[in-house]
Amino acid sequence: MDAAHFIELLTVLVLAIFVGFEVISKVPTTLHTPLMSATNAIHGIVLAGAIVVVAALVGAGVHSTLLTIIGVAAVTLGAINVFGGFAVTERMLQMFRRKEPGK
Amino acid sequence: MTATAIGTSLADLFAVVLFIYGLHELNSPATARRGNRFAMLGMAIALVSVLVQTQAVGWWAVAIGVAIGGLVGIVAAVKVKMTAMPQMVALYNGAGGGAAALISTVEHYVVHGSSMSDVIAVSLVLSAIIGSVSFAGSIIAFLKLQEVMTGRPITYAGQQVVNAAVLLGIVALAVWFVVSLGTLPAWGYLALLLAALLLGVLFVLPIGGADMPVVISLLNSFTGVAVAITGFELDSTLLIICGALVGASGTILTVAMSRAMNRPLTNVLFGAFGAKGGMEVAAAGGGPQQIRSTTADDVAVMLAYAGKVIFVPGYGMAVAQAQHSVKALADQLEKRGVKVLYAIHPVAGRMPGHMNVLLAESNVPYNQLLDMEDANPEFPTSDVALVVGANDVTNPAARSVTNSPIYGMPILDVDKAANVVVLKRSMRSGFAGIENPLYEMPNTSMLFGDAKASIDALTSAVKAL
Repeated sequence: MDAAHFIELLTVLVLAIFVGFEVISKVPTTLHTPLMSATNAIHGIVLAGAIVVVAALVGAGVHSTLLTIIGVAAVTLGAINVFGGFAVTERMLQMFRRKEPGK
Repeated sequence: MTATAIGTSLADLFAVVLFIYGLHELNSPATARRGNRFAMLGMAIALVSVLVQTQAVGWWAVAIGVAIGGLVGIVAAVKVKMTAMPQMVALYNGAGGGAAALISTVEHYVVHGSSMSDVIAVSLVLSAIIGSVSFAGSIIAFLKLQEVMTGRPITYAGQQVVNAAVLLGIVALAVWFVVSLGTLPAWGYLALLLAALLLGVLFVLPIGGADMPVVISLLNSFTGVAVAITGFELDSTLLIICGALVGASGTILTVAMSRAMNRPLTNVLFGAFGAKGGMEVAAAGGGPQQIRSTTADDVAVMLAYAGKVIFVPGYGMAVAQAQHSVKALADQLEKRGVKVLYAIHPVAGRMPGHMNVLLAESNVPYNQLLDMEDANPEFPTSDVALVVGANDVTNPAARSVTNSPIYGMPILDVDKAANVVVLKRSMRSGFAGIENPLYEMPNTSMLFGDAKASIDALTSAVKAL
């Protein structure tokens, strides 16, 4: 990786951190648990990374059972993270209700 | 740039926009669900995009992993009890961290072989270390929260020295990895992973149950950082941005939780808070205290003829699964024209916002849930503060007793209410092992017993009035 490209990625990182702080500091304490599980689900994007390395592994024609198992395990953990995280967030958020009118 | 590459890059950008907008919508309970849906859509787009980019090479391996992981994740999400949410979140968090470490491992052995740039070497080793720490730490946090192992801090002589030694070993191996650009022998890399896992275990062991909100937030932020660094390793802005968002979120929560306990993060992590105090109290064995015990009938009368009642839930409510009973009692009181509010301390429970989720589960409208800043002005004008399984967060010693371990911690001013009723199993002190002078105040009475049983008794007594 050349220095220019590294600086580009670093720029993206720093800007994303600022955006993250701005957006997330506005989340009320009531929603801190769903926030945590939602951000959990978002770091499930690591699944995309797992898909990339699995493709690289298979594409390179490496025949290693151990590495294949590790690759599949990475995908599995990423999938648990994504699907579980979003499902549990959805389940929690549908419980948050306003007081029904007339009650 | 090919047309496909342009297409997938734009799709990734769109996914990122959806993630950020989704998180933005979490700024209010009214729009939060929509926000989660936006994030889900973003994830679906990002995953399709990555499959197009890789031309679905190795699709069978991906299919196996997604089938198993998706099933496990969804079944667990549907089945988990709301009271068990902290350990569930810890597990998902560990899964993300573990995935990051495994990705680095595959990347190390396959993609680069013997030639690796310095940026890749640094990011690979960092994401392997942080991912492993997060994975192992989350598992220990899960075991503690699930009460498979004790929630008390686990300490031993020379603990700090051992931790420092492990950390030094990791640093040495990591430097070796980077200097050799990943060509170190396999045992060196394996030792690095094992040492990082060990560090994760060692760092959560001495942290007690009540400090879990901080630890879970911190582990959340670790996984975010690991994912962002994996983004550098794989040259993926998508991973970098998502990791940064999560890292920021985890950091905000960690700082908020530490602040709510008025303890610096280092004290939470290395202080083994509650270990010593707990033993002292056990030795004292509940000495003579000037406390007033009361009955459900007396409390029911007090509640039924009150103008305003504030519930103060704590971890005890979660343990007793009393959230539905609390709501039933609140309904009875509201039927009689009593104004009911809930005062929630930021560190009540075992994760940020734990009490809010439990009360939302039992259909308490979220506009009745007050955070500390809004709740404290309400106490002086309320007739009864009903403390359900909260202890240290109501301890007035935090305001006045300068040598108390919790001195300076912002608390809920329950003692300012006209009457305080504390539902408690026994006179055992709270997690921190600190005496609570609230229990000896003249306007306080204690209702002993299981929180759920006590509340149910109160509800039937109020009904009978």
